[in-house]
Amino acid sequence: MSTHPITVHPARSFKANSHDAVNDPHLRKSFRGAMDFLMAKRAAQFPDHNELEALRSLGETVRQRCLAKLPQLLEKLEAQLTANGVKVHWAETPEEANAIIHGLIAARNGKLAVKGKSMVSEETELNHYLEAHGVQAVESDMGEYIVQLAGEKPSHIIMPAIHKTKAQIATLFHDNIPAAPYTEDVDELIQLGRNALRGMYLKADVGISGVNFAVAETGTLCLVENEGNGRMCTTVPDMHIAITGIEKVVEKLSDVIPLYSILPRSATGQAITTYFNMISRPRQPGEKDGPREVHLVLLDNGRSQAYADEQLRKTLQCIRCGACMNHCPVYSRIGGHAYGTVYPGPIGKIISPHMLGLNDTQDLPTASSLCGACGEVCPVRIPIPEMLMRLREEAARDPEEKVPHPLAGQGAAYSPQLARVWSLWRTVYSRPALYRAFSWLATRLRVFTPRRQLGWTVHRTPLTPAKQSLHELVRQRQSSR
Amino acid sequence: MSARDRILGKLRAAAPAQTPVEPDVAGYYARHTLQHALPARLAHFSHMMRAVHTEVIYTRADSWPQALAARAAQAGWRHVLLAPNTAHGARAAQALQGLATPPQLKSYDRPIDDWKAELFHDVDAAFTTTRAGIAETGTLIVWPDADEPRAMSLVPPVHIALFDASRLYENFYQAVSTEGWANGLPTNSLLISGPSKTADIQQTLAYGAHGPRELIVLAIVPDDIDLAELEAAQ
Ligand code: SF4
Repeated sequence: MSTHPITVHPARSFKANSHDAVNDPHLRKSFRGAMDFLMAKRAAQFPDHNELEALRSLGETVRQRCLAKLPQLLEKLEAQLTANGVKVHWAETPEEANAIIHGLIAARNGKLAVKGKSMVSEETELNHYLEAHGVQAVESDMGEYIVQLAGEKPSHIIMPAIHKTKAQIATLFHDNIPAAPYTEDVDELIQLGRNALRGMYLKADVGISGVNFAVAETGTLCLVENEGNGRMCTTVPDMHIAITGIEKVVEKLSDVIPLYSILPRSATGQAITTYFNMISRPRQPGEKDGPREVHLVLLDNGRSQAYADEQLRKTLQCIRCGACMNHCPVYSRIGGHAYGTVYPGPIGKIISPHMLGLNDTQDLPTASSLCGACGEVCPVRIPIPEMLMRLREEAARDPEEKVPHPLAGQGAAYSPQLARVWSLWRTVYSRPALYRAFSWLATRLRVFTPRRQLGWTVHRTPLTPAKQSLHELVRQRQSSR
Repeated sequence: MSARDRILGKLRAAAPAQTPVEPDVAGYYARHTLQHALPARLAHFSHMMRAVHTEVIYTRADSWPQALAARAAQAGWRHVLLAPNTAHGARAAQALQGLATPPQLKSYDRPIDDWKAELFHDVDAAFTTTRAGIAETGTLIVWPDADEPRAMSLVPPVHIALFDASRLYENFYQAVSTEGWANGLPTNSLLISGPSKTADIQQTLAYGAHGPRELIVLAIVPDDIDLAELEAAQ
């Protein structure tokens, strides 16, 4: 498995990637079909519009209250988990998180880690790091396992292998799982995966997982899943390491209830997932299974930058349901890989600039028609279109300009020429006499309008003024009455 | 300065001064909790459970061991894992041993580390009790303990769950608030809503992904509820 190359899709080549993606009819068809399916399933879960809106408002208020108290809640979580016997670690960067996790595994001379689904570990490229340090890391979520065998990255945060066909998976399993026959029967394929991975749970030294909600009040890590691989990773090996972002903490156990009610319905259109796994302690004396050591790694990775700004802080309300991608006309046309970021789609466009800086991600906030679908379905009411506009503004801001909370890569899309044009326009537009003179000249000299008009003509035909300005036309019309 | 102090420092410097709006979770659930009588709640529970491939068997307090034995005979399980030193485990064991070809009974009497391979390969079905149920979503609440450890509802291909249907809450909120979970949770607590499943291959649903392929709920129905009416209410 470790011999496969890791395909990276840097966000800088977003334009080229998306161009390739829209020209791949197979990819477009499979994403279109999958997104239509998920949208219909979600809609069926919310027959009562008022209940949905009330639940979204509740989810939003819960998340906002938790974020408002974030530093206190993190300390409380740490204290409560520590009292329960769970060790808490803090990492500012992906490198720090990886080093902590590897250190823990190395301390018990571990060679094999089984992993439950964790997007945060994708952020840190943990698998890659562990392999480089002699620890094999096996993804156990079926979708993640498929993607790992293929040497790829997930193309959706909930359904990682959504871009793969049965036939491709049949070949992958046949080539990679010892003695696996070639079959395109989905039940048989799942059984092949199940058996291969059960062998891994038996041998694994450590289980790694993500966290959906970390409850400060009780010191509890909550994991949401259907497959049972998350439970395997957190039950069978003798050590469990959970990794999550600092924003995942909630204050009270009751906060989890509305969030868990709306999460699976928004994500996959299920009333509930098969398992909701609440972990509060390592194995206690007398208990016969569960890990004897449990660790939680809290990762910042740019989240504190989003936190510093009142508007952008709302980005951190996200519960990673994926509904915004399922409903996004851009995502459903280009798929998840084109973005080149761990989180694709609308949530990826608003969170990645904090993780990677605007220099690498300046195109992402522009890849939107601002249709608003993402904001309308978001279960915690993140105003995603507003965030996109704000990030466009920050990318276009003069890098030298002093602002209270500068973003990494401020001014990545700044063009001095464009800035001059706008400042000229501001002067003209705010002085009536000047504006009248300008519009008179622009209409009378319309044949001399330049054909190249900076950013405008990159994708559009040049603008040519009309023969007369609107003001003139209206005046004529009024005097002829 | 440690990573912890740097992160907390950044967050503290930016944390909003005004007190946030307090969400009214209790008020929301006061308005949105149904008040159905037990038969209707139970019918809904079974409807939701069966919709995700769970087998729900209605039975009574005095006859569930026979129902279990009949189901075991039908399935032909050869190795059944149960907790013989619990009251329900002892009754189950007795009924299973009375079968013409009784299964071999196993108990989780050692730490997992001592019999991992056997647990994974040589158990066909595990029998456990449950703490309570949730009608809205068709959910069992399971708190594993020393007698019935975590892996029992996870590793064997079949999980048979004994469920006292009088302990059926309307929703998750009612369960958590009535039982006062906020005051303390056990090492591990679970909501289980069906057998393990996945739709990761072309959105095609398949059961038995990593955990049990089958979940069988033996629901002990109070004697004053008519079983035929209950089935018809589905
Ligand atoms: S931004 Fe909203 S819709 Fe998108 S993944 Fe996060 S919670 Fe879901």
